[in-house]
Amino acid sequence: MNATAFTWKRRAAKVGHTVLIAAFVIFTAFPFYWMFITTFKSTLDLVDTQNNPYVFNQPPTLENLDALFFGTQYGVWVWNTALVGILVVIITLLLAVPAGYSLARLSGRWGRQLAVAIFLTYLIPPTILFIPFSRIVGELGLQDTLWSLVLVYPSFTVPFCTWLMMGFFKAVPPDIEEAAMMDGLSRFGAFVKVVVPLSSAGILTIVIFTLTLVMQEFIYALTFITSSSQYTVSVGVPTFLVRGDVYFWGSLMGACLIVSIPIAILYNFFLDRFVAGFTVGAIK
Amino acid sequence: MSAIDTRVTTPLARSHRAHLADNDGALGSWLLAPAVVYIVLLVAFPFLLSMYYSVSDATVGNTAVRFVGLQNFERIMQSNTFWRSMANTFVFTLMSQLLVVVLAKTLAMALYKDFRGKWIVRLLILLPWVAPISLGTIGWLWIFDPVYSIINWTLRASSLLPANTWPIWLGQPNLAMVSIVLVDVWRLLPLATVIILAGLSSIPQDIHDAAEMDGAGFWRHLFQINIPLVMPIMLIALLFGIVFTFTDMIIVYVLTRGGPFDTTQVLASLAFFTGVPGGDLAEGAAISLFLFPLLVAVVILLLTIARRTEIT
Repeated sequence: MNATAFTWKRRAAKVGHTVLIAAFVIFTAFPFYWMFITTFKSTLDLVDTQNNPYVFNQPPTLENLDALFFGTQYGVWVWNTALVGILVVIITLLLAVPAGYSLARLSGRWGRQLAVAIFLTYLIPPTILFIPFSRIVGELGLQDTLWSLVLVYPSFTVPFCTWLMMGFFKAVPPDIEEAAMMDGLSRFGAFVKVVVPLSSAGILTIVIFTLTLVMQEFIYALTFITSSSQYTVSVGVPTFLVRGDVYFWGSLMGACLIVSIPIAILYNFFLDRFVAGFTVGAIK
Repeated sequence: MSAIDTRVTTPLARSHRAHLADNDGALGSWLLAPAVVYIVLLVAFPFLLSMYYSVSDATVGNTAVRFVGLQNFERIMQSNTFWRSMANTFVFTLMSQLLVVVLAKTLAMALYKDFRGKWIVRLLILLPWVAPISLGTIGWLWIFDPVYSIINWTLRASSLLPANTWPIWLGQPNLAMVSIVLVDVWRLLPLATVIILAGLSSIPQDIHDAAEMDGAGFWRHLFQINIPLVMPIMLIALLFGIVFTFTDMIIVYVLTRGGPFDTTQVLASLAFFTGVPGGDLAEGAAISLFLFPLLVAVVILLLTIARRTEIT
């Protein structure tokens, strides 16, 4: 093969690669572009089928966002979601961090089996548990309150976060604790004062994941909550804003976009650790 | 471990409390107990309750629950809607996961190379997975809108759509299934891609170098080195995808509510509509338990993979 043919082949491969990547990016990101442009379009622009829908045919407007924040309970739902998120994060940390340490260091041979068992409970889906939960929540008098969500959400955050924390603690060299214990700390003291601070990146990771899982959750909130002042964002928008025949697409798309983008950016920073959790130790 | 114990406990006579804090076995149990108790109470107990409901006459209203044997299951088995939902669930899962695996492998290989702007590409590709599912799906509801569908507009503008056809994406049985599959692929593609990408990165570079030295071409390299080595990881990505798709009802709930004529009804959504708005907890629980055998199969496969990779 001569030199020019080789250069051409490489150039063609490069173009092919770029086209391929571009096609995938359009597929994954187009709905978000579409949300964005819809959010800022005036209603007249949206409903005129003669217009080119990809661009603004009339000047962009904030009227849809105005309607969203001042005409619906969107602000309340965002607040509810944040509140539930923070409480679930606290519960998850209190349960998963000690359990992860115990499985990583203190439990020996049966610890591995128990760790796998805990991870597998993550695979029992809400679609099997929501029916018994609807009764349990009712018996506890928590139906239609945010407390029902605070009680139930750790059932999917704790297993996964325990598993992740176990991985982080295993990565801390045991010598560090042993040195601390030589200096007079107890095992528990070494865990709290030495190992936990060293694992702050791991703890931050599970905080982010718990928050995103809470924001994503749909089925439990749909089942337990009935009055719109108690909704979270993920249920409030599709059930309350999509009702009847008249859709306020501008406001709807704004509601979706505002919540999605910040989480996406935050999540991106912690992706690799998250993937490590999913690959179940198949990569060494 | 015991060597450490004797070393640290000898210097001082410690109080009982300090003793506990140093006894690895006991401390281990104490640290683990809250999480285990929580999981037993809020995962294992509801799961058993769900099994009990499926053989009872529990409804939202009544408080005295009676045992009725297999009545609920008999009733479900006679229902056409149930069998249709079962078939839809399998079609939905198989079609979407087949597409996800092929597309994710392709995308992962494209992303494996270094190129400019990779981080922004990665962010854009991840968006569907990280955005709340129900909200992303609403974006699609607007894309599939019967009047203002951007897909139809684009097809019409590029004159690919004949003059008197105007597909109603969510209103025609086959198109509705295509639509929910498309949204599910969109949603799960990022997760599968990053998992497979992690697998690709774990292949040592020498293997690629050796193959290139021996003159292996692109396809030979792909089928004899790349795919076999990434197989366990691809399988894991596939298994998670199957679990998430098989048990999901959000896409169906938001886009079609199971319609038109139950052609997109899946087991999870049928269980929801029967159990919560319908108020029949017993039948809903019985339907949802049909999801369980597949989950068990997936778990067994996952454990086998984990064990095999541990040995090698």
